[in-house]
Amino acid sequence: MMAKLIGKRITRNEDPRLLTGQALFVDDVELPGMLHAAFLRSEYAHAILKGVDVSAALERPGVVAAFTAEDMGDDWSPGPPLVIPPPTIEDVEFYTRTQVPLVKDKVRHAGEPLAIVIAENRYIAEDALDDIVVDLEPLDVVTNIERALDPDSPLVHDDLESNLAAHLVQEKGDYAAIREGADKVIKRRIVIERGIAGAIENRGIVASWDNKQQQLTVWDTTQSPIPIRNGLASMFGLSEYQVRVIAPFVGGAFGPKIMMFYPEEVLLTWSTLKMGKPIKWIEDRRENFYATTQERGQVHNVELALTSDGRILGLRDDFLHDTGAYDPYGLTIPLNTQCHALGPYDIPNFSSDLKVVFTNKTLTTPVRGAGRPQGVYVIERMLDIAARELGIDRTEIRKRNYLPKDVFPYDNIIIDQAFESFVIDSGDYLPAMEKALKLIDYEKFTKEEQPKLREGGRRLGIGVVSFIETTGVGPYEGARVTIESSGKVNTATGVGTQGQGHFTSFAQIVAERLGVDVRDVHIVTGDTAQFHWGTGTFASRGAVVAANAVNAAALIVRGKVLKLAGDLLETPEEELELEDGVVRVVDDPTRFISLGDLAQRSNPLRGAVEPGTEPGLEATAYFGPKYGATAFGTHAMIVEVDPETMMVEIKRYIVVEDCGTVLNPLIVEGQLHGGVALGIGNSFYEKLVFDDNGQLLNASFADYLIPTAAEIPTIEIAHQVTPSPLNPLGSKGVGEAGAIPVPALFAQAVENALDVDGLEILESPLSPLRLFELFHGEEKDA
Amino acid sequence: MKPAPFEYIAPTTVEEALGHLTEYGYDAKVLAGGQSLIPMMNFRLAQPAVLVDLNKLAELSFIRSEKDGELRIGAMTRHFQVERDDLVAEHAPLIHEAMPKIATPQIRSRGTFGGSIAHADPAAELTTICVALDGRFRCQSVRGERWVPAKDFFLGMFTSVLEPDEMLVEIAIPPMAPRTGWALEEEARRVHDFALVGVGAVVTLDEQGCCERARLVFLSVGDGPVEAVKAAEMLIGKEGTPEIIRAAAEAVTEELDPSADIHASVKYRLHLARVLARRALEKAFARAAIPGTQAA
Ligand SMILES: Cc1cc2nc3c(=O)[nH]c(=O)nc-3n(C[C@H](O)[C@H](O)[C@H](O)COP(=O)(O)OP(=O)(O)OC[C@H]3O[C@@H](n4cnc5c(N)ncnc54)[C@H](O)[C@@H]3O)c2cc1C
Repeated sequence: MMAKLIGKRITRNEDPRLLTGQALFVDDVELPGMLHAAFLRSEYAHAILKGVDVSAALERPGVVAAFTAEDMGDDWSPGPPLVIPPPTIEDVEFYTRTQVPLVKDKVRHAGEPLAIVIAENRYIAEDALDDIVVDLEPLDVVTNIERALDPDSPLVHDDLESNLAAHLVQEKGDYAAIREGADKVIKRRIVIERGIAGAIENRGIVASWDNKQQQLTVWDTTQSPIPIRNGLASMFGLSEYQVRVIAPFVGGAFGPKIMMFYPEEVLLTWSTLKMGKPIKWIEDRRENFYATTQERGQVHNVELALTSDGRILGLRDDFLHDTGAYDPYGLTIPLNTQCHALGPYDIPNFSSDLKVVFTNKTLTTPVRGAGRPQGVYVIERMLDIAARELGIDRTEIRKRNYLPKDVFPYDNIIIDQAFESFVIDSGDYLPAMEKALKLIDYEKFTKEEQPKLREGGRRLGIGVVSFIETTGVGPYEGARVTIESSGKVNTATGVGTQGQGHFTSFAQIVAERLGVDVRDVHIVTGDTAQFHWGTGTFASRGAVVAANAVNAAALIVRGKVLKLAGDLLETPEEELELEDGVVRVVDDPTRFISLGDLAQRSNPLRGAVEPGTEPGLEATAYFGPKYGATAFGTHAMIVEVDPETMMVEIKRYIVVEDCGTVLNPLIVEGQLHGGVALGIGNSFYEKLVFDDNGQLLNASFADYLIPTAAEIPTIEIAHQVTPSPLNPLGSKGVGEAGAIPVPALFAQAVENALDVDGLEILESPLSPLRLFELFHGEEKDA
Repeated sequence: MKPAPFEYIAPTTVEEALGHLTEYGYDAKVLAGGQSLIPMMNFRLAQPAVLVDLNKLAELSFIRSEKDGELRIGAMTRHFQVERDDLVAEHAPLIHEAMPKIATPQIRSRGTFGGSIAHADPAAELTTICVALDGRFRCQSVRGERWVPAKDFFLGMFTSVLEPDEMLVEIAIPPMAPRTGWALEEEARRVHDFALVGVGAVVTLDEQGCCERARLVFLSVGDGPVEAVKAAEMLIGKEGTPEIIRAAAEAVTEELDPSADIHASVKYRLHLARVLARRALEKAFARAAIPGTQAA
């Protein structure tokens, strides 16, 4: 019997290297004669640039070059849009305004680069930034998204009539008509603030032009090495084969590293081509707060129409989404918000008017969750309020509205982030909820423990929230599987890796198909010289799209192995098995041949390779799903709030996750732990605070609070498996799942703990200060 | 985030270090654990021309007690050494209790007692506690040395009476009187953060169990350690009943003038100050009454 590896709790292949400091990160790249770059960034959020004079910087010993937008000449141009607006919705208004490599005429957010200095080391480069003379004329600033569309608001882009970046209406059924006859209509305003991704490793780039080889190599912390390669080649008039982009080990990405092209990616490449010297730039933490994209930042005006027994008749969600100073990423985030506001529920009528606005802030692009937490927050909070107002238990109202398990595939009519109709492939929501309730002992806690504790003056609360997560969107990924003459297997994929465990989960698939030790499968990710078709790691798609490509390629190689071995062992293929690195005859284990021998035989030194056949035990295959696979789950938590200090302690945290086939529970649980941690940050700690001048007041980890291990509770995880019918492995993504329901859950649990009449939480994140204000019925003390 | 250029000197004796400070004056800064200074240099908020590294001065790393029971701590003693020291736990349990609330174990392994005092951060625990415990600081320069009482040492945010040619070399904490109870209560956003508000309470009872002496010193509510003198006076001659404690705690806000930041409004800080003062006093009174917790 073949050892079953898919689904096994296997420790990670990559960990020995990572834990002993043997893994290559961009900052580990050292090249002879390498120079170092630093950027001069605007301190103003909105200003006319009248001049940048770098001459004094050039005088400083150790400075090699300094460039401004003027110096770029015809090479200066705004970046190409990364995601174009959806062509499939009628009447979508969209104004594309993309980021620039260096500011030429107007600064649109604090931190936009004005000049690049290249020096012998980073210290000198930073010293030289102080030598640059900049003439900026500050302008009025727009940061508040609700004021961005005021007629007298300052304009981020002067050539537009307003700060409207996009306008789009999505409809399902007829909300207006159903509202008339509804027993209950609930209206609320919900505010969700902005945060950062906060990867441990900031961005980094090393660009090197080898003039003799006419070869450009770029090490980049990107999540998308292949599109970066193709883009750089076209930008600089090189063949794609002259450009190699390597995304080595990356210390976390969480979305912002999918953004392209960052000004630094363009400038480092442009500078190395101009100077012929390798150049390194490693983003520092302060830069990261201004120069790396951010997310969340929406204001919703929501209406939920229900029957008196709590059945949802319709949802209306009109909202503003903050895109920051530019909008290269199109509508991905707010489209996700719309889809996830529908959640796992049967919502026959839906209407959503979305306005995307420009502000003088760093641009927003997806951050783990990517619009989904906002949508989940909207529907889950509205259901909590509906339950209270209708006198129905919070969990019961959800059960009454779940889509039943026999409706799938279920078409939600509106379009999703892939501009396709939002179809949910499969689901089974009720058991996930029941499991969570059982694990947290909802009945006992609410009926016995909570009342008793409350009598003793303690405020404990419970929350239970359901969610869906659209994952694994196309277009496609590919993989090449090769058995080497050593018997070991090499597998090259096009995705980048930032901690997801690809070296293990992909290896498990290959090892299972080919009957080899999982440690003998070598995985390559993120090197365009090894594989150059594909898009990247994002949208929780690695385990769906890339893993199925790996599976497909491994199965083709398996076919080749069986055919060759069958010929050599003179045995029909059905009577052979692959195990322990050999192919053997099932009934006569003494007759076998190793994969290494087979690999050698398939690549003969003498004789001919027959026409119509190929040498080697190798195959390349691709996978592209028809549409995304939708994962789901229920989270539950118990919190205690100190009613005097408003400090919150999480007592228990339960995750019931259904991401289809689990390739490796250890990795899935790791993803969930990290996701929940980020979600806790989004709920209670992490908020970017901008003043009216667009200045960030907490641009460091001293004041922007990332929860640490001490703030994260033990997370109890249970799995449920509802395979996706859309791919052979049956997998769904899980990369973002952990983060998605947490803000809604946190709000519900804290509200329940405080238990004050009329105290409703309609914002995220919270903080002790905000709870204090809410508790004492005060307005924001801004 | 790289520091501006600076000269680096690593003296091996206090005398040598003081010589450099005399020579360079305002251009020099001493480097202790670097946990506050290095981030400031990397942000280029501090740009000393000369850095005098004290880390080779083994003579400044010690914990001992004098004959009269006074505790002496060398300026370069690391937080983690103080945290794990039995003498400190016995003679100055308030310091012992405060240590885990300072930053993270990583930071405590480098940060020094003297650095924390000299830095004069209004959010620091040790500055507050030294005031509450009537500590004294030995300041030395080539001109000589002087002992400065903790309550006179801090002049404002990040400023103290230390002259540019002077160094803090030693901290002294007097023995606690019998029937003395103590507590440090604080709330921080995350476990390792500087507290939003904190308060150290020290209460000494007379033989009848009435309060003979009380100190209430706050952190993070002003430019330095802030003592609520009048509130503490309300306790004198009284038993630590819930009513008395509550009244004193309510009164503290009269003497505090905190400012707002993104994590706490003035109102919230004052509210926390009242709540924490009450909790600290409850604990301190209870401890003062328990035999065995008194200083020997
Ligand atoms: C993330 C973080 C969290 C923290 N949280 C807390 C907290 O909760 N509570 C708290 O109290 N502290 C906290 N700290 C500060 C920490 O305790 C520092 O170690 C301490 O403030 C400074 O000590 P140091 O030895 O590192 O001093 P350094 O950083 O080396 O020096 C600080 C200043 O003091 C001067 N100085 C140092 N030693 C002497 C001396 N002997 N004579 C004269 N001048 C001197 C230096 O020149 C410098 O100006 C935190 C620090 C960090 C980074």
